[in-house]
Amino acid sequence: MATSSYGKLITEGLWSNNQALVALLGLCPLLAVTNTAVNGLGLGIATLVVITLSNATVSIIRNWVRPEVRLPVFVLVIASFVTAVELSMNAWFYELYKILGIFIPLIVTNCAIIGRAEAFASKNSLGRSLVDGVAMGLGFTLALTVLGAMREIIGLGTLFAQADLMFGDIASGMTLRLGDDFKGMLLAILPPGAFIGLGFMIALKNIIDKRLTKTRQAEALPTAGTEPAAG
Amino acid sequence: MQFVTITSPHTDRPNSVTVTMLWVIIALVPGAAAMTWYFGWGIVIHMLLASAAAVAAEALVLRLRGRPVVPAVSDLSAVVTALLLAIALPPLLPWWLTVLGIVFAIVVAKHLYGGIGYNPFNPAMIGYVLLLVSYPVEMTTWLPPIMLNQHPLDLMQTMNAIFGGTLPPGLDWDALSMATPLDEMRNQLNQNKMISEIRRSPLWGDFGGLGWEWVGNWYLLGGLILLYKRIISWHIPVAMLGSVLFMAMLFHFLDQESHPFGLFHIFSGGTLLGAFFIATDPVSAATTRKGQLIYGTCIGLITYVIRRWGGYPDAVAFAVLLMNMAAPTIDYYTQPRVFGERSAGDD
Repeated sequence: MATSSYGKLITEGLWSNNQALVALLGLCPLLAVTNTAVNGLGLGIATLVVITLSNATVSIIRNWVRPEVRLPVFVLVIASFVTAVELSMNAWFYELYKILGIFIPLIVTNCAIIGRAEAFASKNSLGRSLVDGVAMGLGFTLALTVLGAMREIIGLGTLFAQADLMFGDIASGMTLRLGDDFKGMLLAILPPGAFIGLGFMIALKNIIDKRLTKTRQAEALPTAGTEPAAG
Repeated sequence: MQFVTITSPHTDRPNSVTVTMLWVIIALVPGAAAMTWYFGWGIVIHMLLASAAAVAAEALVLRLRGRPVVPAVSDLSAVVTALLLAIALPPLLPWWLTVLGIVFAIVVAKHLYGGIGYNPFNPAMIGYVLLLVSYPVEMTTWLPPIMLNQHPLDLMQTMNAIFGGTLPPGLDWDALSMATPLDEMRNQLNQNKMISEIRRSPLWGDFGGLGWEWVGNWYLLGGLILLYKRIISWHIPVAMLGSVLFMAMLFHFLDQESHPFGLFHIFSGGTLLGAFFIATDPVSAATTRKGQLIYGTCIGLITYVIRRWGGYPDAVAFAVLLMNMAAPTIDYYTQPRVFGERSAGDD
């Protein structure tokens, strides 16, 4: 892993080691707040900020922290950034802050963040840790937003409702509606809907991966020997 | 030609899945006929619609999974799932809800878990709960039974209501629909009325809702057919009905004015249908004899507890699904001892 390129870091974060879909880390916020796309995006971005900053900090201090105390130190670092993010959201996105509620402070307990600090940032340089943090955070945000969008469409028949909470008044026109007589399927909004939706997303990702591997193998066959097929 | 004479024990040829499913369908006929008599053509339409959608969904998934389609579809298990779901649906439910419920039941609850024989949950109940949780208003818009129905709909009017959502002129949904006895009892009790007061309404028959109370008997008859054909054993139904009756009578005697008589719970809602047709699903239920007694008892307990203190008027579906989850554990702890095996205390 230590020799992987920046490009590989990005594909790992966004796809092949996506924290939500592959590592299945951070499920608590993932399942709890993704009832609309905007909520998912909001929490995703908050997590993205925290994971980037914590990765960077952990990477900078990695040579001074003794291994015996590294975990408490990482938690303290993450907790400080979460507090900063929480206060900023309270100041600038108050409505969204109210909706996400307890799940913003709970970002501290998001295993994806401490997982990246422990598994990656504490062993890699600042630049690589920053890229890893951004990629992992983006991958998590993407999963959260897609799941939120899915549940919102099925459950409420809207997409990006209340987008103005996040992007200001310009975004109030962003909300899409599926028609007035669309009857939302309540289950999608309720907690079971999050589990079922996540299950389908993981299944979809696995299907796409399988197809990709197949086409790559098919392409690799005629030119076998020149380059090993990517896994 | 000389036939070999075999001494006893003689065994009948084993029941195939198709034969079993066929008997379940036959056993459902009395109950379905009674429902149709009391609640009109809607029941039949939903049964046909659900069966067609179930077979189509099953064929589609089997194709996607690369499995042979014809043998699996012709085992009738999808049709039984469809019938069990349809019989539990309100007669005038919009058609797309029936299709949604049965497609979810077949595709998600049955085939995503591996198809027939592998589903941990009863597919029909998954479909039912999906609809009940997602569309509470539509799923509780029941018709009154025939003797209370001022405007019984004929076949064409029923079709229009289900497929087009339109009622004959001069009628609206509020005038046509009526709460189920369980729902009515619950609402009235929540308004702190006494049972003797509630039962003065013409809605009530001898021990359950007028009309409703007699549907249960026909499910009971179907259940006896299944018992006679040895498709189900007595353990689950007896345990389930026994525990519902025990709970209901216990609380009835403690406080007669806020807990209806035990038979009300037996002959209302899905109790009898659930006891004989749904809780006994051989795939998702417990399999050991002792386990089945525990399984049935717990379904009865949960049903009563949710009906009495929970958020839904009927709870058979929830109780069955919850116990489906517990069935493997129950089986694990109730393994019968192999003959000759010593227990820990024997040494």
